[in-house]
Amino acid sequence: MCAANKPSKVLVIGSGPIIIGQAAEFDYAGTQACKSLREEGITTVLVNSNPATIMTDEGIADVVYIEPLTVEVISRIIERERPEGLLPTLGGQTGLNLAVALAEAGVLDKYNVRLLGTPLDTIRKAEDRELFKQLLLDIGEPVPDSATVTTQEEAREAARRIGLPLVVRPAYTLGGTGGGLATTWEEFEEVVAGGLAASPIHQVLVETSLVGWKEVEYEVMRDGAGNCITVCNMENIDPMGVHTGDSIVVAPSQTLSDKEYQMLRSASLKIIRALGIEGGCNIQFGLAPHPVVANGDLPGRPVTRDGLSSPYYVIEVNPRVSRSSALASKATGYPIARVAAKIAAGKTLAEIPNAVTRKTLAAFEPALDYCVVKIPRWPFDKFPYGDRQIGTQMKATGEVMAIDRSFEAALQKAVRSLEIGKRSLLWEDAAWTGKPWEDLPLHPHDQRLWAVVAAVRRGASIEALAGRTGIDPWFLMKFGSIVGMERRLLGETLTPALLRQAKRLGFSDEQVGTLADRLPEQVRQLRRSWGVLPVYKMVDTCAAEFDAATPYFYSTYEQENEAAALDGPSALVIGSGPIRIGQGIEFDYCNVHSAWALQKAGMKSIMVNSNPETVSTDFDTSDRLYFEPLDEESVRDILDNEANHGVGNGDCPPPSIVQFGGQTAINLAVPIAQAGLPIMGSSADVIDQASDRRRFDDFVARLGVPQPPGAAVTNVEQALQVAERLGYPVLVRPSYVLGGRAMEIVHDPDELRRFVALAAEAAPGKPILVDKYLEGKEVEVDAVCDGEEVLIPGIMEHIERAGVHSGDSVAVYPGLGLTEAEVDTLVTHTKQLGCGLGIRGLMNVQFIIMREQEKSTIYVLEVNPRSSRTVPFISKATGIPLVRLSIEVMAGKRLRDLGYAVGLAHRQKLVAVKVPVFSMSKLRGVDTYLGPEMKSTGEVMGIDYALDAALAKALRAADLSLPPKGPVLLSIADRDKPEALPIIKRLARTGYPLLATEGTAAALSAAGLSVRMVTKKLSEGRPNVIDIIMDGTVGAVVNTVTGGRVPLQDGFEIRRAAAERRIPCYSCLDTFRAAVQSLLREARDYSVRPLREYLAGAPAHYHQAG
Amino acid sequence: MPRDAILVLEDGSVYQGYGFGAEGRAWGEVVFNTAMTGYQEMLTDPSYAGQIVVPTYPLIGNYGVNREDFESRRIQVSGFVVREECAAPSHWQSTGTVAEFLASQGIPGIAGVDTRAITRRLRLAGVMMGTITCDETAEQALARLRELPRYDSFDFVRQVSTEMPYTWSDNGPTRPSGAVSQKTMPPLSVSERGLRGEGPAPHIVALDCGLKFNILRSLRRLGCSVTAVPAATSAEDIFALKPDGVVLSPGPGDPALLGYVTETTRALVGKLPVMGICLGHQMLAWAFGGRTYKLKFGHRGANHPVKDLATGLVYITAQNHGYAVDADSLPPGVEVSHLNLNDGTVEGLRHQELPIISIQYHSEASPGPWDNMYLFERFVEMVRGNDV
Repeated sequence: MCAANKPSKVLVIGSGPIIIGQAAEFDYAGTQACKSLREEGITTVLVNSNPATIMTDEGIADVVYIEPLTVEVISRIIERERPEGLLPTLGGQTGLNLAVALAEAGVLDKYNVRLLGTPLDTIRKAEDRELFKQLLLDIGEPVPDSATVTTQEEAREAARRIGLPLVVRPAYTLGGTGGGLATTWEEFEEVVAGGLAASPIHQVLVETSLVGWKEVEYEVMRDGAGNCITVCNMENIDPMGVHTGDSIVVAPSQTLSDKEYQMLRSASLKIIRALGIEGGCNIQFGLAPHPVVANGDLPGRPVTRDGLSSPYYVIEVNPRVSRSSALASKATGYPIARVAAKIAAGKTLAEIPNAVTRKTLAAFEPALDYCVVKIPRWPFDKFPYGDRQIGTQMKATGEVMAIDRSFEAALQKAVRSLEIGKRSLLWEDAAWTGKPWEDLPLHPHDQRLWAVVAAVRRGASIEALAGRTGIDPWFLMKFGSIVGMERRLLGETLTPALLRQAKRLGFSDEQVGTLADRLPEQVRQLRRSWGVLPVYKMVDTCAAEFDAATPYFYSTYEQENEAAALDGPSALVIGSGPIRIGQGIEFDYCNVHSAWALQKAGMKSIMVNSNPETVSTDFDTSDRLYFEPLDEESVRDILDNEANHGVGNGDCPPPSIVQFGGQTAINLAVPIAQAGLPIMGSSADVIDQASDRRRFDDFVARLGVPQPPGAAVTNVEQALQVAERLGYPVLVRPSYVLGGRAMEIVHDPDELRRFVALAAEAAPGKPILVDKYLEGKEVEVDAVCDGEEVLIPGIMEHIERAGVHSGDSVAVYPGLGLTEAEVDTLVTHTKQLGCGLGIRGLMNVQFIIMREQEKSTIYVLEVNPRSSRTVPFISKATGIPLVRLSIEVMAGKRLRDLGYAVGLAHRQKLVAVKVPVFSMSKLRGVDTYLGPEMKSTGEVMGIDYALDAALAKALRAADLSLPPKGPVLLSIADRDKPEALPIIKRLARTGYPLLATEGTAAALSAAGLSVRMVTKKLSEGRPNVIDIIMDGTVGAVVNTVTGGRVPLQDGFEIRRAAAERRIPCYSCLDTFRAAVQSLLREARDYSVRPLREYLAGAPAHYHQAG
Repeated sequence: MPRDAILVLEDGSVYQGYGFGAEGRAWGEVVFNTAMTGYQEMLTDPSYAGQIVVPTYPLIGNYGVNREDFESRRIQVSGFVVREECAAPSHWQSTGTVAEFLASQGIPGIAGVDTRAITRRLRLAGVMMGTITCDETAEQALARLRELPRYDSFDFVRQVSTEMPYTWSDNGPTRPSGAVSQKTMPPLSVSERGLRGEGPAPHIVALDCGLKFNILRSLRRLGCSVTAVPAATSAEDIFALKPDGVVLSPGPGDPALLGYVTETTRALVGKLPVMGICLGHQMLAWAFGGRTYKLKFGHRGANHPVKDLATGLVYITAQNHGYAVDADSLPPGVEVSHLNLNDGTVEGLRHQELPIISIQYHSEASPGPWDNMYLFERFVEMVRGNDV
């Protein structure tokens, strides 16, 4: 390609907030892309609404906009920046959809912006089922036959043409219910009739069933000259029928012969050529299963290879960088997003250096000499009442990856990486005890892996299990190999050879200890004395054929170690593991910054993490990367390996940094300290004092800082006594958990009994905290403390009253609603707490302000001696690099020497609003109301010079704005009606149409408002509330709840329907009030500016914020 | 219980593992291959004669061994070194394990070894002689190894070439017989179907210096009638078969030892269209007066990027060679048509006037990517007298 094709300025679209199906992988992709384009001398402009991303940091792109991802906003950015090119392929489906919308709005033509990466026509085709099918058929690639029908007769006709078995999927039903599989004609008639009835538009899709077929993915790249390569293929252990994002995946494929591998590879290249993509693309295939699967008794038994015209079918094509691309990049070392960006800049694969080897080029295909296993991380530990079955709708919030030289070890390391307690493959559900294998839950759900291993343990034959689950016999044979080792460890004397064998199959010290009747620490000592130690091997893209420069390692039990301890001072940054609710991308952001800050401070950074989606696990983020589980064994092994023999007398392990990896890293502080290994920053004891309720209470009492009255209890009787003394409502939660898991506001003794039992189950043996629930204003600060001084970049005030988890609250910087005296008290308390505890590094404090007439009392709720999820938000809103400052402090510097004033930092002349984002449409059976337990998966930031504009933008970015013309459906609890009335009146005054359920409608009519009543009694006449939500009549829902979790049934269906139709549902009146305010006052003149400009201060014509 | 075994390299490095396949000792030049699939094709590729092959991919034998994936009638490697062998393969085509396959043909293997460590050793020090053994100390094995002849001194081509000419039908070789079929081939592309329909079937003679069956299958699929002849066949005997074109096959060993093939090649050049593959490509270079040299650790894998200098396009290729053509040794009129992107070595030649093409890599794939099948089409076009 000639240089003339190289654009001089490119706009990159980010993917917005983290939701299920679109997570940290796009921060990784966007960050790589911006860096890569800048290397080419291209000015990059980035827009994203998600502040918790590395890509939105100064220094990644040339110009950064943190603005809502809407056509209007991006048009204004294009008008202002005049980019030559638009690169949408690294921003997930969000990016592609925006590109199409911008093109259709004529914006790209008007400003002469070239679409880079994927042609517009291809994006459109990939989104249109029929067009796409035709395109593939035209190039001779097989697709599963299907038809969209609206009557029984049409369905029959289609089925006669396509042949059984068929899948029937009704359109627009709650939770996708009402469909099913048909293997006989009788079944078919029944399923179609049911599906047509269930669909509000009487439409179903009938499609060839490939349930049980192998699912295989290829990651493909193509440059503008037409050169194509495949980066990697991946095989799903869960066969077709489970979304690839919810499947356990292995790379490379394990059960495909070379002919099959090449057949699908050739098809992939043919498809990417036909699509004309310049960049990366992900292609998914169904491949005929092993005969024991095809002849088994899997529900909706799959067709044998002879039953269909092709040994494979193309299932899906993502004409962009995807979640699988991130996995493939980490699995192979090949930086897909980086190369895709260079291709978009006009380079060919043969002109792009391989950044890993620095000797070869991007035009090659990675060769792996290890096995990679990915396991999804589902949120069902937080949503025990959710539907735990998995299927075609992705439900996982994150994933873990593990690398080893054997499949068994990679799988077992991945299980360790999940951080579901200390659950290994040995775990079995109590309900399975005594059950024969046939009765175990072997259908797809979040715990199927354990159920299948349990079935192997009970002696199920591989053939029978393969037939029942569709899992290829090879994987089941490997589970058998693990179970075989369990038996040996149980029955044989532990010898060096046996221990080594167990380690080569990925057994942790803890597992070996359980089976061989020893403590994990004793196993560790045995390993040391027997010399059974891990070695570290490099991920180098080329199976050692070339000398590589990447410092990317995994552990294994082999002969040769390739990772000699780093020279010079270094520190280990402990990552935050898989993305889950309560521990999201914010922590990865902090880890990345701490790695960079260490380098700035003259130390080498060593990263350990298990999450393939993140920037922290990119090969050039730190000086050395260990892709390993985040548990005591692997962290101590790494520290042993990094012990620098050159310094002083004997081994000198690098210090560990535990402040940035969320609860994962903090929980490792004690084991690290107990092993006599150093910790950088706040000590394990400081951390314990802040986390242990009794110690913390004593400490706070000594300081004289007010705390909500309460106590730690260990049983129901104690809880009832305490609650009686405090008066209801009370807040109940287990100590030592993150994200408010199992936390509830309790209004009476019955609820209390139930929740104490639940909390005891969530954290067995740990005390349960019962506190007076204070319904006041919640305020939060992040601060750096050097032991003597604190620096508070800003104060964040929550819109929702206390009781809604801080992670689910709308937060506003700079705390406009606070009095000067309140601010002073917050600062004083923060300093007292930080210095009193002896914190060195970051801390987060949550307060409640109770106002009574003139007097306000500020209570401290909790102190977290670590970075919090608001660190990226507040760093961006204030321009203060919190993580870097805390690393400097941890390395021994004083805040006063770092060029920042201590105390509360100077207030920026801007307003920044953080709004949470939920993924509730994906999680069937999960209630969406806001409470003390965190439910959001991501966040957006709205930033402007005035509160209204900032709030409007943030709500818009989070899809939480009220629809401009309504109507809104109201169903409000009795005790909230008086408070709701004035808000609704304001809305009604503009002529906004209102719908309401029985009681609410009566109350509104009584208040003189015009309202249409809709019944919430689902069995009494139609349309009912659910119908008008599902058919699109309603644009938003307000539904407040009265109390605990169980009596919520009547509002539950309403909230679920709103979630599935993806319309805003306000369960807290404070959020609703903000949305009304923002709708009524939404100023057309909101700003669209680079972050840098907001931070530089308001232009003259703006009044100072507040 | 598996028997302990070791792999000893001539530089004294020792790798621990256990024996699998046939019992006994193996010796040969130790080489690594980075392809992640296709171990059966590797094992039966005659170009590996005299070599102990180390796949860098750790899990070998997952889909077993089948009747279709033979590239010659038997295992050709002298030993096989893997990190893990699969005792319970899973595949609809599988008829047995790699261990059984090796044992049935008397080939020793060693499993459980740190194959990445071996690869790194070979990358740093270059390929070297080695032995798999289970009944000696490392010192004894090393001493024995030093007494054995070196790989470079052997003419392995005579050892692997067919003794008798045979033709190739849609069902495999007509003579000599073998349990092979040609079912597993890439599907025909549109252009190939067109080619197959036109005119009388061209007759191609393949000089078997270590032929892989997929070369014959590929030509057959393009509508050619194919005869394979022994490597030592004279040019006159080839002319007597009245071929329309000749393919010079891949094969094992140092091309400098193959004067008789050079001579035959020289006589064919200018008389018939010729396509040289791998060793065949090196033989063409020799026939033109060029020279070859030994690479430090060769190219063996399925991921090597090759640039076609005429179009600038890059192709991912299957490779298996330890020697390369010295570009500077070529006479005028013979030009380098393809280069390896990794190390700049010669990957293809083209004669400026004569219908002669050659490639250092494997257009027949098997194992490896099917991206280069078009070269057979190009050759058949050339044979048909069409300008390419």
